[in-house]
Amino acid sequence: MTAVAVPHLEEHHDPEGSRFGMWLFLLTEILLFAGIFLLYAVYRYQFPEDFHYGATTLHTMVGAINTIILLTSSLTMVLSIAQLVRGDRRGAAVMLGATIALGLSFLVVKIFEWGDKIGHGLFPGSEELMEHTAGENMFYGLYFGMTGLHALHVIVGLGVLAVMLVRVARKPRTTVRIPAPGNVALSLASDDGRRLWDDNADDDVDGVEITLVYAKNEELTDKEVTKLENAGLYWHMVDVIWIFLFPFLYLIT
Amino acid sequence: MEEHTRIPYSRYLMVWFALVLFTGVTIMVAGLQVGGWSVFAAIFIAAVKGTLVLFYFMHLRYESGMFKMALTVAMLTLAVIMALTFADVSFR
Repeated sequence: MTAVAVPHLEEHHDPEGSRFGMWLFLLTEILLFAGIFLLYAVYRYQFPEDFHYGATTLHTMVGAINTIILLTSSLTMVLSIAQLVRGDRRGAAVMLGATIALGLSFLVVKIFEWGDKIGHGLFPGSEELMEHTAGENMFYGLYFGMTGLHALHVIVGLGVLAVMLVRVARKPRTTVRIPAPGNVALSLASDDGRRLWDDNADDDVDGVEITLVYAKNEELTDKEVTKLENAGLYWHMVDVIWIFLFPFLYLIT
Repeated sequence: MEEHTRIPYSRYLMVWFALVLFTGVTIMVAGLQVGGWSVFAAIFIAAVKGTLVLFYFMHLRYESGMFKMALTVAMLTLAVIMALTFADVSFR
């Protein structure tokens, strides 16, 4: 019998480097949206009356409600991280769930808003818009393009948050793999020599995987903080973009 | 930030309150019909709100100078692109 030393908890962990990588990615996202904002600014400069008219057809109240929803979801997001930092996985999961619920509400409002515009025949390439001016076509094209790309980011963000919710809600765990080709029987003992479990089966395997599920483990929870922080950074970036979209599309008339 | 910074919940609540307040202000200012100033006011307030999210919710305030430097470089790049585009569009 051979005892295998498993170097599982010695793996490299660099929270700051990880966050910096996320920031670099987010900066490219900001530049992506900035390019479209620039397109909006140039066409607004070219067709001031049409953009003025277009903005008045959007419902400021609906945009304002969605702004408050996203701002509040950002608050629950930071509170979720703050609770995980303090080791409260349950509290973090609850706040993360609230963030996801708010993100979904944002999308529901958005669907009704788009539905209303499409119901009035106002969507890119519609027969109704063909009879309108070029400037109005630009406005609605940019409206659907910008809010659409933003909504896509909300959907991706919700996916990331859902994955994190599963990770945070369950007990902290770590998996180790031991290569052991051949017919093996397993026996598991704790460090102090207590026999925990025996498997007398003679199974043909390439290796075994042991998952340790802890009732509580601060070190592992701390590693998840970094992942949740990065998910949070993405979510806040989506919020920042909406903070700029709202006045540009709904308010500047 | 080797140990994750513990920021009191109350600070997050205050930032959220300020963000909601600024949203109200920007809607109010837009209704005032102050002409060209309304564009300036809307962009200014959005910039203030964005900065609050970046510095407090995204913890930029507590990060090292490297993070702030990266953001500054991105913003300067953006400023150059915008200036050149507008120089092109307005003198065509």
